[in-house]
Amino acid sequence: MITIYVPRDAAALSVGADQIAALIRIEADRRGADIQIVRNGSRGMLWLEPLVEVATPEGRVAYGPVTAADVPALFDAGFLTGAPQPPHPLHLGPTEEIPYLKNQERLTFARCGVIDPLSVDDYREHGGFAGLERALAMTPEQVIAEVTESGLRGRGGAGFPTGIKWKTVHDAVADEKFICCNADEGDSGTFADRMIMEGDPFILIEGMTIAAIAVGARQGYIYIRSEYPHAIATLRDAITAAYVENWLGDGIHGSAHSFDLEVRVGAGAYICGEETAMLESLEGKRGMVRAKPPLPALEGLFGKPTVVNNVLSLTSVPVILARGGAFYRDFGVGRSRGTQPFQLGGNIRHGGIVEKAFGITLRELLYDFGGGTASGRPIRAVQVGGPLGAYLPPEHFDTPKDYEAFAAREAMVGHGGIVVFDDTVDMAMQARFAMEFCAAESCGKCTPCRIGAVRGVEILDRVLAGGASPKQLTLLEGLCEVMADGSLCAMGGLTPMPVRSALKHFPEDFDRPAAALAAE
Amino acid sequence: MADHAPWTRDKALAIVESYRGQRGSLLPILHDLQHEFGFIDDQAVPLLANALNLSRAEVHGVISFYHDFKREPQGRTVVKVCRAEACQAVGADRLVEHAARRLGVPLGGTRADGAVTLEGVFCLGNCALGPTVMIDDHLHGRVDANRFDALAAPLAAQVSGDAR
Repeated sequence: MITIYVPRDAAALSVGADQIAALIRIEADRRGADIQIVRNGSRGMLWLEPLVEVATPEGRVAYGPVTAADVPALFDAGFLTGAPQPPHPLHLGPTEEIPYLKNQERLTFARCGVIDPLSVDDYREHGGFAGLERALAMTPEQVIAEVTESGLRGRGGAGFPTGIKWKTVHDAVADEKFICCNADEGDSGTFADRMIMEGDPFILIEGMTIAAIAVGARQGYIYIRSEYPHAIATLRDAITAAYVENWLGDGIHGSAHSFDLEVRVGAGAYICGEETAMLESLEGKRGMVRAKPPLPALEGLFGKPTVVNNVLSLTSVPVILARGGAFYRDFGVGRSRGTQPFQLGGNIRHGGIVEKAFGITLRELLYDFGGGTASGRPIRAVQVGGPLGAYLPPEHFDTPKDYEAFAAREAMVGHGGIVVFDDTVDMAMQARFAMEFCAAESCGKCTPCRIGAVRGVEILDRVLAGGASPKQLTLLEGLCEVMADGSLCAMGGLTPMPVRSALKHFPEDFDRPAAALAAE
Repeated sequence: MADHAPWTRDKALAIVESYRGQRGSLLPILHDLQHEFGFIDDQAVPLLANALNLSRAEVHGVISFYHDFKREPQGRTVVKVCRAEACQAVGADRLVEHAARRLGVPLGGTRADGAVTLEGVFCLGNCALGPTVMIDDHLHGRVDANRFDALAAPLAAQVSGDAR
């Protein structure tokens, strides 16, 4: 029997993967070919989706992007043997040899796109649960020491050392503690959380269970945004499978550790990606940001000590436990250790996931991996780190991906999202959008964010109308300062980052003559 | 295309009951109510307040805070168009205008015949294959005007004959 892989990842589905899988089944039946179709995650080479792979004795061979019309021709060209002569135009050769994939350093995403996401056996065969098995035999202190040694920092954007957070929760005295996974991946340009949850959900379950052992928690929640129905369904199925195999529940694999895990679904509020707003939402309340302190590590969910970690932080943990903190720490530069799954999106030819050690430059990501814009026009700006991240011009493309190097340029790595714009972009419009987004998504608790964002839209509307006095830009700068310094959380505090960076690097877009008025 | 049951108090109470003993259950209950009835009926507010020992104001506050929870019936099909940066970079703004024209309903509105609701959303997590549209729970990538017309063909606004 021949095994064929057709991804079930939402991005692959968005360009017809379900239809391709159905057509391959029909075509194989018609020809009497004995095949099984595995619905894997995505390999992360999204411009090649739907990427179909055939298992051959020499390894997996890839074809893509496959359209419905290609399916019969692929069979005619000997697609089931993987090595047709002459090759079909969609034949990409051995999947692992495609440079985009071959040149990555995949630790977190090592299994994504390789295995059947809902098969515990497949996960085990590819090294899954090795980290948890090791953690079950260690003391909580040893687990925390391993994570601390790895140098892992919060992948949600803030970059706080994970080991220190865990130690704080561990040391807190309470009758119960919680592990909360922040899977409210609302930043435009980021999709790594979604892809790993759909492509390798057990890694998140494993990472959260290790966190539970480390701090002494019995209950965990995964807060997934409602915009991700496929990830929600996959993770719920994976949790059920993990219970069946006793990787969750009471006395996990004969140990004294018990851990229960539940998916909770967001309701379309971007602010719930802020950790304290997420906790409020999990408690069944409005997603209003809390003042800190108290830190969630001490008074988090239902007032109890709580680990709040991003999906990518928690999914980095299994490999750290399986291979040791030192192994992970040896990737990266400076104080940014390990790898980050960078996400290339927007106007990019080769969009997808690129997991690399910190230290890679934007230029390498944008051109060597990304291949420039999809439109073929020059890149004018990239927004790095989501809607609250800076817009950077090509002069900054040699900046290494490193928390401190980006902070020095008034930018942030954030969640690793990179959105590319070509030279048709209007940066004053983008600055306006940043304020509009903040006005729409602010929780409303603090004034600088709630009212500042509205005033920001008004100022930028005057600038966009043309002929505005330079005083308007002075006013905008003052407003940005108030929002940055006076807001309760990163929503209002960082909205000035895209605005100021657009002003600083692209001032010509804000200098608009009163053309529209003069023409009348 | 979603078919929803008409509001009944018994059904609503059964949903609330299914979450008995779970902490922080208001959001999951609201999701289930909306899934069952298509929107959150005003009658749900006192019912939930009573069942969960909350004030009506608190329940109302939660329902009105979240974009997902609707206070009135939605179209039989909900079309969500991504308006966030990654999709903007590949023409989302043009697509939003096109969608509104083609469906005959403004962004954020439900067409008078109740067939379709058009919503703008911020990010559907398909940022490398934009512009992205979600029709009910089905995600569609690389949606230009032509592809939108093909996807939305059954939903297109009726053009009145006297216009030409």
